[in-house]
Amino acid sequence: MSEIRVLIVDDSSVMRKIVERALRQAGLEPMVVLEAASGVEGLDALRGGAVQLILSDINMPSMDGLEFLRQLRAQKLADGVPVVMITTESSEEHVRQAIEAGAQGYIRKPFTAEQVKERVLPLLAA
Amino acid sequence: MAQSLRENLQTIADPRHLQSSVEEVFETMLGVRCEMVPCSGASSPETITSVVGFGGMLTGACVFRSDGATALAIAARLTGMSFTEMDDTVKDAIGEICNMLAGAWKGKVPNLSANCGLSIPAVITGRDYSIHVLAPEFRLHQCYRFDGSGFEVTIICDGLR
Repeated sequence: MSEIRVLIVDDSSVMRKIVERALRQAGLEPMVVLEAASGVEGLDALRGGAVQLILSDINMPSMDGLEFLRQLRAQKLADGVPVVMITTESSEEHVRQAIEAGAQGYIRKPFTAEQVKERVLPLLAA
Repeated sequence: MAQSLRENLQTIADPRHLQSSVEEVFETMLGVRCEMVPCSGASSPETITSVVGFGGMLTGACVFRSDGATALAIAARLTGMSFTEMDDTVKDAIGEICNMLAGAWKGKVPNLSANCGLSIPAVITGRDYSIHVLAPEFRLHQCYRFDGSGFEVTIICDGLR
């Protein structure tokens, strides 16, 4: 199986590790994880190399997840790459904004590894 | 268009929303069941507090507070790592717990989820400190135990539109 490169954007290093663990439990192996603590760092990471999957928080300093999503689409840094938002913000309005900005999936914190698997794997198979 | 939250004060301040939020976060992310217990008021020598602010139609904060040993236990459960001191990873973990509690709580309150934003968590450690809010609209304060560890969660609302 070929290696999958994943970008995880979250200002919490703990949450980045939890998301990574959930992805590995979902069977995404072998996997290389790029980490970013803000939208700005996320864009920089994408300029450094392609990824096959992006997971991003929304509430972050410097550049929040929605603006990160808009920027990466506008700058064509990840064309065709699925983006899943993982966030405590769960309102329909936040989901709508994320979808409009180009997200393909939405996972609300707290989440289980099974939920990550259910939302992420179909996007990679598409 | 959002209606006034003040008309629904009794619903918003229902303590069951906070209780179910605590249960959801701890069961989902830590795999533990928490027992709500009476708050004793006893203070421990070193405590950690995380604060996530609410902004929008409701202003205030979600405050999580525990002693150091509980913080280490929570961080260990959350990350699968072990900790001997309150380092940056432990503080990060406690901040995330508070963030998820705040998000879960506002998600359970009708009309609040879309009309109330969350701040980035702030984490405070130290001894003999307290947090005061003058004349809150309402305050929910609950204490819990799991595996011999205790913590308290407070929702303070100081403004409601």
